[in-house]
Amino acid sequence: MKLEGRAVTIGYRDRVVGSKLNVALATGEVLALLGPNGSGKTTLLKTLLGLIAPLDGEIHLDGRKLDAYSARERARMIAYVPQSHAPTFAFPVESIVLMGRTAHGNLFSRPNEHDRAAATAALERLGIAHLAARPYTMISGGERQLVLLARALAQDPRFVVLDEPTASLDFGNQGKIMDEIVRLAESGHGVLFTTHDPNHALRAADRAYLLRDGTRIADGPISATLTRDNLEAIYRAPVRVLVDAKDGTNAFLPG
Amino acid sequence: MGRSAAPGMLIACLVLAAGFALAFTVGRYPIDLADVASLLTAKLAGSPTSLPPAVENVILQVRGPRVLAAVLVGAALTVAGTAFQGLFRNPLVSPDILGASSGAALGAVLGIYFSVGVFGIQTLAFAGGLVAVAAVYAIGSTIPARDPILVLVLTGIVVGSLLGAGVGLIKYLADPYNQLPAITFWLLGSLAASGPSDLIPLLGPVAIGTLVLLALRWRMNVMSLPDEEARALGVATGPLRIAIVAAATLVTSASVATAGIIGWVGLVVPHLARALVGPDFARLVPTAAILGGGFLLLIDTLARTAAAVEIPLGILTAVLGTPFFIWLLASVGRTWS
Repeated sequence: MKLEGRAVTIGYRDRVVGSKLNVALATGEVLALLGPNGSGKTTLLKTLLGLIAPLDGEIHLDGRKLDAYSARERARMIAYVPQSHAPTFAFPVESIVLMGRTAHGNLFSRPNEHDRAAATAALERLGIAHLAARPYTMISGGERQLVLLARALAQDPRFVVLDEPTASLDFGNQGKIMDEIVRLAESGHGVLFTTHDPNHALRAADRAYLLRDGTRIADGPISATLTRDNLEAIYRAPVRVLVDAKDGTNAFLPG
Repeated sequence: MGRSAAPGMLIACLVLAAGFALAFTVGRYPIDLADVASLLTAKLAGSPTSLPPAVENVILQVRGPRVLAAVLVGAALTVAGTAFQGLFRNPLVSPDILGASSGAALGAVLGIYFSVGVFGIQTLAFAGGLVAVAAVYAIGSTIPARDPILVLVLTGIVVGSLLGAGVGLIKYLADPYNQLPAITFWLLGSLAASGPSDLIPLLGPVAIGTLVLLALRWRMNVMSLPDEEARALGVATGPLRIAIVAAATLVTSASVATAGIIGWVGLVVPHLARALVGPDFARLVPTAAILGGGFLLLIDTLARTAAAVEIPLGILTAVLGTPFFIWLLASVGRTWS
C-alpha cells in the first residue's frame, strides 16, 4: 500500500511553499524528511496528512485520491504524531490515548472495552502503562511524545507521520523514539518523519527525502542520499563525516 | 478513566439540594421545609393538602417557578461556558464570547424601547443572541486563517462591542423615566419576574442544547485538542464546531432572554465542576448543569433575601465572581499555558 504525492504544489492560499513535488511512502518502510528551517518539510507533511489541501497535483492513498476519504476513513489509515505540546485541560494519559480510537467509533459513541484494550496495549508496547492515570499536563516532554506515539498506535493506522519526533527530547528518549520507528516499520507500517538531525535518519530510516526552498534535492536510499555533498547543499553549511573505526558506521557533525 | 466521578457528582447534587431547601423556605414569608415536602408529595400523589392556601400559593406560584427558572438558567449558562471553554481550549472563556449576550441585550433593549411587551422582549432577546452568534460565525468563517478559533474569538469581541454600542444608543434615546429604568434592570439580570409561563420557553431550548452537547461528549473531548490534531484523529472539526456553538448559543440565548445578563456563572462554575470530576465531558456536562443550577439558585435566594430590595443578580455574581476570577488567574498560570 502506498501514500503518494504526485506533482503536488504545496503551500497556503497566499504563498506557494514548494512546486511539483513527487513523494511516495510504502508500508513497511521508513522515510525521513530533511531540510533546513523554512524548507517546506512541515507543509509537505501536513499536505500528505490531508490537513492542508495541495494547491496543485494529487495525493493518493491506496490508489484512491486522499480528498475522497472522509476524515474518519483517513484517520483509520494515517495517524499523525504532532510535536508534543502543553494541553489546556488535565486529561489523564489514558484518555489522550483513547482519543486515538475516535475514528473507530461513530459521532455519538464513547470508547468501548475493545477501544480500552487497544489503548492499554499501545501504552504497554511503549512501556508507559504506569502513566495511564497520570494527568497529561503533569508528565515530562519526553513522556508526552511517547503518549502521542501510543495514541497513534491505538489509532491502528497503516501509516504513521511524525513531525520532528525527537525535537526537545533527551538523548535516551531520542533513541527510544528511533527504536519505535524501526519497530513500526517492522510491523508493517509506513513511517514518515521529519528531523533536523541527519543522524536520526541514518539510524532509523530506509530512505531520505531532502528538501531545500521547497525543491527536492535528493530522494532515495539512505546510503545514496545522505552524503556530505547533499547535506552541505541543503543546509548551505560545511558538514563533517565521522566514521566508526570498528564497523564503518557514519555519523555527521555540523561545521 | 482516572478517578471516580461519584464524589464530585455527589457534592454537586448536595449544592443543588441545599439550594432547593433554602430557596423554598427563606424569604419575606418563611415556610417550614416539612410543609414544602408535604405539599410537593401531596401534589405528586394527587391528594389534598391541609396547608393554608397562602402557603400553597407561595410555594407553587411564587417561589416554585422562580426556583425552577434559577436552576435552568444556572445550568444553561454553566453548560454553555463548559462547552465554549473546551471548544476554544481556553479556561478564561465565558458563554458570551461569541456575542450571544450582547446580541440578546440589544434585542431586549430594542423590545423595551418599542414597548413590545414581555413576550416580545424575550423573543427579541432570544433571536438577538442567535443572530449575533450566527453573524459572528459567518464573518469569522469567511476570513482565511491558520487558526480559525482565534479569528472567531476576535470577531466575537469586535461584533460584541458593536452590539454594545447599539445598546448604548438605545439607552441614550430611551425615555429616562419609564424605559431607561426597565433597560437598566434588564441588563443587570433578575429572576424576580419569572412566572410559570416563562418555564416552557426556557426549558425547551435548554434541554435541546444540553442533550446535543451530551450526545457529542466524546467528540468534545477530542475538540479540546488543536484543530489539526483533532482532524487527524478523524473528527470533521468544521461541522462539529458549528453544532457545538449552535447548541451552546441556544441555551445561552434562552437563559439571557429569561433572566437578563448574568455574568460570571458561565465562567466560574465550569472550573468548579472540572475541579470536582475532571475534564471528561461525559461527566463534566451533567456535573456542570447540576452545580450551575444549585449555584445560581443560592445566589438568587441571596438576591431576594439579603436586603430590603432585590439585589440585581448581575451585581451579586460579579461581587462573588471577581475575587474568584483573580484566584483563578493566579492558579491557572501553573497548569495552563
